[in-house]
Amino acid sequence: MSATAVEAGGGAGLRRFLVRHVLMSEYLVLYLSVLYFLAIWPFVPEMATASTAGNILSAMLPLLVVAIGQTIVLIIAGIDLSVTAVIAMASVVGASIMTGDGGYLAGSPFAVPGGIVAFLVIGGAVGLFNGVCSTKLRMPSFIVTLTMMMFLSGAALWYTTAHTETSSIAALPSAFVAIGGGDVAGIPNALWVALAVAVAMHLLLSRTLFGQWLYAIGRNREAARISGVPVDKVIIWAFVISGLLAALASILYTGRLETGTPVLGRRFLLDIIGAAVIGGTSLFGGHGKVVWTVFGVLFLAMINASLDLIGLGHDFAVGVKGAVILLAAVLDAARRRVLARQ
Amino acid sequence: MAHFAAKPVLAVEGLNKSFFGVQVLFDVGFTLCPGEVLGLVGENGSGKSTTMNILGGVHPRDSGRITLDGAPYEPRGPRDAVESGVAFIHQELNLFENLSIQENIFIADFPRVGRLLPFIRRKEIAERTRAVLEMVDLDVPPTMPVARLSQGERQLVEIAKALAAGAKVIIFDEPTTSLTRRETERLFDIIARLKAQGIAMIYISHILGDVKQLCDRIVVLRDGAVVGGGRADELGIERIIALMVGREIDQLFPPRAPCVTTEPLLEVRGLSQPDVVRNISFTLHRGEILGISGLMGSGRSELARILFGLDPHAEGEIRVGGEPYAATDPIDAMRRGIAFLTEDRRAEGLMLEASIADNIALPSLRDFAGQFAGWLRRPQLTAQVVQAADQVRINTRDHARMLAKNLSGGNQQKVVLAKWLLRAPRVFILDEPTRGIDVGAKYEVYKIMNQMVADGAGVLFISSEMEELIGMCDRILVMSRGEITAVHERAEFSSERIMESALRVGMDAVR
Repeated sequence: MSATAVEAGGGAGLRRFLVRHVLMSEYLVLYLSVLYFLAIWPFVPEMATASTAGNILSAMLPLLVVAIGQTIVLIIAGIDLSVTAVIAMASVVGASIMTGDGGYLAGSPFAVPGGIVAFLVIGGAVGLFNGVCSTKLRMPSFIVTLTMMMFLSGAALWYTTAHTETSSIAALPSAFVAIGGGDVAGIPNALWVALAVAVAMHLLLSRTLFGQWLYAIGRNREAARISGVPVDKVIIWAFVISGLLAALASILYTGRLETGTPVLGRRFLLDIIGAAVIGGTSLFGGHGKVVWTVFGVLFLAMINASLDLIGLGHDFAVGVKGAVILLAAVLDAARRRVLARQ
Repeated sequence: MAHFAAKPVLAVEGLNKSFFGVQVLFDVGFTLCPGEVLGLVGENGSGKSTTMNILGGVHPRDSGRITLDGAPYEPRGPRDAVESGVAFIHQELNLFENLSIQENIFIADFPRVGRLLPFIRRKEIAERTRAVLEMVDLDVPPTMPVARLSQGERQLVEIAKALAAGAKVIIFDEPTTSLTRRETERLFDIIARLKAQGIAMIYISHILGDVKQLCDRIVVLRDGAVVGGGRADELGIERIIALMVGREIDQLFPPRAPCVTTEPLLEVRGLSQPDVVRNISFTLHRGEILGISGLMGSGRSELARILFGLDPHAEGEIRVGGEPYAATDPIDAMRRGIAFLTEDRRAEGLMLEASIADNIALPSLRDFAGQFAGWLRRPQLTAQVVQAADQVRINTRDHARMLAKNLSGGNQQKVVLAKWLLRAPRVFILDEPTRGIDVGAKYEVYKIMNQMVADGAGVLFISSEMEELIGMCDRILVMSRGEITAVHERAEFSSERIMESALRVGMDAVR
């Protein structure tokens, strides 16, 4: 065999290796994140510092919690656009209960538990409403949750002005702030929470009856119904989980900022859906995993951090981010075409 | 009967066609003269649709000569066929409900301002639409959205569309299935009028009474070949039916020892739902295969959906294994041991993007979920799924990774069978279980049905294929227009008689 033939064979082998183990891998987005990090490192050496890593992590965690909820709704071929408004509404209502500055339960030992319950009740109730509308009333979840987002965003602003002169509600109890900002054994509490959510939701999706039902509904709702899946109930629960996780994310955000604010999460909506979709979860339902969303969130958090470090203005940063996400999406589409051919 | 000019507008000669190596048309030939209506009859799968799809430019032919107005006719596609003057009016109408009548009529080729500008000459299309609507006697404005028209009116719009395109030959495929009697009569008036204008028509229908009344000549197809025909006024309906079903039934069906008992499994009394089914009563026994025959739209599939709790019913009493059963919820139906294989396996039976194993497991997941958080007992589930897949002999290696969409029709149907067999149902409702699968897979489906009744289940077997009903069933119910019109015991099976009960409405029309 001549040297060139060996070389060509080796080249083809490498290409096959790359296609099979990188392009086709479900870890593709993780690899892209690493690639992005390596590419941007020479230009922004600060990326490799511990404090940047910490920033990326702390930005990632609440986003991860809410994006996992979104993933669950996407799996049933729905979408939940109301999550950022849930984050805002829960933030100001929860804060108004706990704040030392004239809160409903100020000074009471029940202030923090009461506040947390308020967060979760709002998330769960909004999810329940979204779910009931998209099943019993057969409304497209896009419309239900879009209008819900508009309504809640306005309501959160109105609620804030009714409670305070300023634009946010501060003076939150330190026990509450610790959930989003503190740490146990040197590991941020938010990380514990996000980890617990990720593991629990991963197990729910992959190992339980409910998880299998979610995928079945996303793949073929009618076949699922005929096969005895309680379709409406499962869909409603998917939205409730999304609402609850948005509320949990709100607890983390609010604690980190130490204030309840009605504009919280406003900019994150596309990050949330983008993270899930970049990770590989399909907008058409039936396809999605918690790990994929973890990678998607990591990828986005890294882009956000690097753009912050470069010091681009917000508008410009959005443009760059859009380009990078588009590139990832093109790669994903190419990948799917190769997969379909196999 | 009118006397026709010797020069036919359409002549078909020696038409052959195969799909995937299976020949479906054998030397089909016929002629059609201007102003003539030709009736084309035959059982499902006899080759009518294939012949018409070739004429309509949907499929290319393998061999044979077709001439249109004396010139060779080689349509490259449906659009080409329409432009040549052959219009095909399908059973399911192809109109855009959201568009107006005039937009539907000119959708393929809007007259435009200039040749290159994209602006449509609305005035012109409105006028031309008005002219063709007048020809079909439909008195509605051209701008009316199709969504607001009745089924019969939509049919007339389809005809108007054909006329606007300059059709010389119009093919009707089961045009009356969704029409009321009055709409049907109106359609027949229009056909008579078009006939007088010299337009040739091919009329395909199961309703032989209509065919006999409407057509000048009739051609009967069976198994892809022309088996007979003649002038409609000389051909009796009994003779047509005999020609249609003619073949002797050979060893297409696995042998089975009768195992019918008198123990009722499913009892239905006076089941009614307005406009769907009326006063349905029957009993399915342990060990019995009970067939339901009837034409499309006779209410067979609708009855099955009601029994499984998918669609509502207004009146009636149902018992399963002696216990009253409300039939309002598929989950309850499954709990009582009912299983339902639907007629559309791709849309309702399968998750195409999921693996064989996931598909088979779906209806049984609940039984493998633990008390704690619905945790699935995977090893047990997998073992059962593999067993069910083996039972129906799905010919593939990797159940966990092979996606349902990549399977052949026969294997897909076996996956759907397996997913229900895993639940060991007492009452199995099968709606067209052998539709679109090859002969070998059919035989295996029959064997599975035999095994089920031998094991003490009852099978409700809905089919359009008379032969498999006769070959498989202990009794056959015949449905027509939402009612049971006849019950045939195995001893007295004859396809002519069953066909007669299914066509009863059509027969009444001529008698």
